[in-house]
Amino acid sequence: MSANMTENTEPTIIAFCCHYCAFTAADLAGTMRLQYPTNLRIVRLPCTGRADVNMVLQAFVEGADGVMVNGCEIGSCHFIEGNVRATKRVGYAKKLLQEVGINPERLEFFHIAASQGPLFAERAKEFTEKIRGLMEGKEPKIKPAATAANKPEKESHSCSCS
Amino acid sequence: MIIAERKPFEQVYENVRKHKKILILGCGTCVTVCMAGGAKEAGILASQIALAAREKGDAIEVEQHTIERQCDREFFNEETARKIAAADAVLSLACGVGVQFCAEVFPEKIVYPGVNTKFYGATAEQGVWVERCAGCGECVLDKFGGICPIARCSKSLLNGPCGGSAKGKCEVDPSSIECGWQLIYDRMARLGRLEELEENQPLKDWSSGRDGGPRKVVREDMKF
Repeated sequence: MSANMTENTEPTIIAFCCHYCAFTAADLAGTMRLQYPTNLRIVRLPCTGRADVNMVLQAFVEGADGVMVNGCEIGSCHFIEGNVRATKRVGYAKKLLQEVGINPERLEFFHIAASQGPLFAERAKEFTEKIRGLMEGKEPKIKPAATAANKPEKESHSCSCS
Repeated sequence: MIIAERKPFEQVYENVRKHKKILILGCGTCVTVCMAGGAKEAGILASQIALAAREKGDAIEVEQHTIERQCDREFFNEETARKIAAADAVLSLACGVGVQFCAEVFPEKIVYPGVNTKFYGATAEQGVWVERCAGCGECVLDKFGGICPIARCSKSLLNGPCGGSAKGKCEVDPSSIECGWQLIYDRMARLGRLEELEENQPLKDWSSGRDGGPRKVVREDMKF
């Protein structure tokens, strides 16, 4: 999974793609001679349900600037609901990224069907531009995640003993 | 099993950043099942610490290792001892028992907790764990149709219910807590044992619980 992380200003994007949809869409984009950024390093998965939280975090540890998880549309998963599970895990991973001070927008889930080659190319362009923007400092300062330390105190309430 | 949940990352990192080399020690039993401190969670936390250290400019080397149980001396094998010796401090993802026992086995090492230990519970559904036992030291489940009034009644009443029971819910939080005594009543009715609830229960001897100080079980026949 380790990408060739060279010292340059170009973002490195890891794109986890489901074999049954987004990977095929990426293939179709190529067949259709559509252009999309070379920043993407595609990792083919049997299903986005295979993408666990640490797989995503590890991509960042190894130098990725952004991570896309590209799965099937809701209701189209070859494994029934692997994509639904993946969206939940991506949500959780975003929270973990925020905790360590990384903008959670650097991680996104996209639904891309096998027939949507143009959509794959479009999402790849959009996401790469977004990450480039974040790297160039156009990102708003992120707020720290709510923790016990910075959460407002609960309102006290009286007990009605019986 | 013992149920725990991950500590807020900020708290964990505050301890970790005092050291150059940290070993995250996962536990392969209860906290693995409740997804708080097993090998997977150790990996996630190692990644989080590595990312936070990079963001904050700290130099922290993180190792991870998971053993079957941290509450049994035999699982701290040679490989584990070597990894612990090589680290400046250990971040144990075991329950409070495991954290303390690890520190007992390696008294010269700083051992930090990575999870908050919550209760003795069961898996109600994937991702949901519920309290079922309070470890009072003298089981009363035989008298209450197999539902524990100590653990499942907010007031631990032995002669319930109280006036805070309404529509089967507890006044402490009607949206999420069922009245333990409603559950007991319903179960006893189903078992045809309702008349047994007429009997008043005497005061419970709490000296078998936490009120009697730290507890110990000794089986002379099992000792070497």
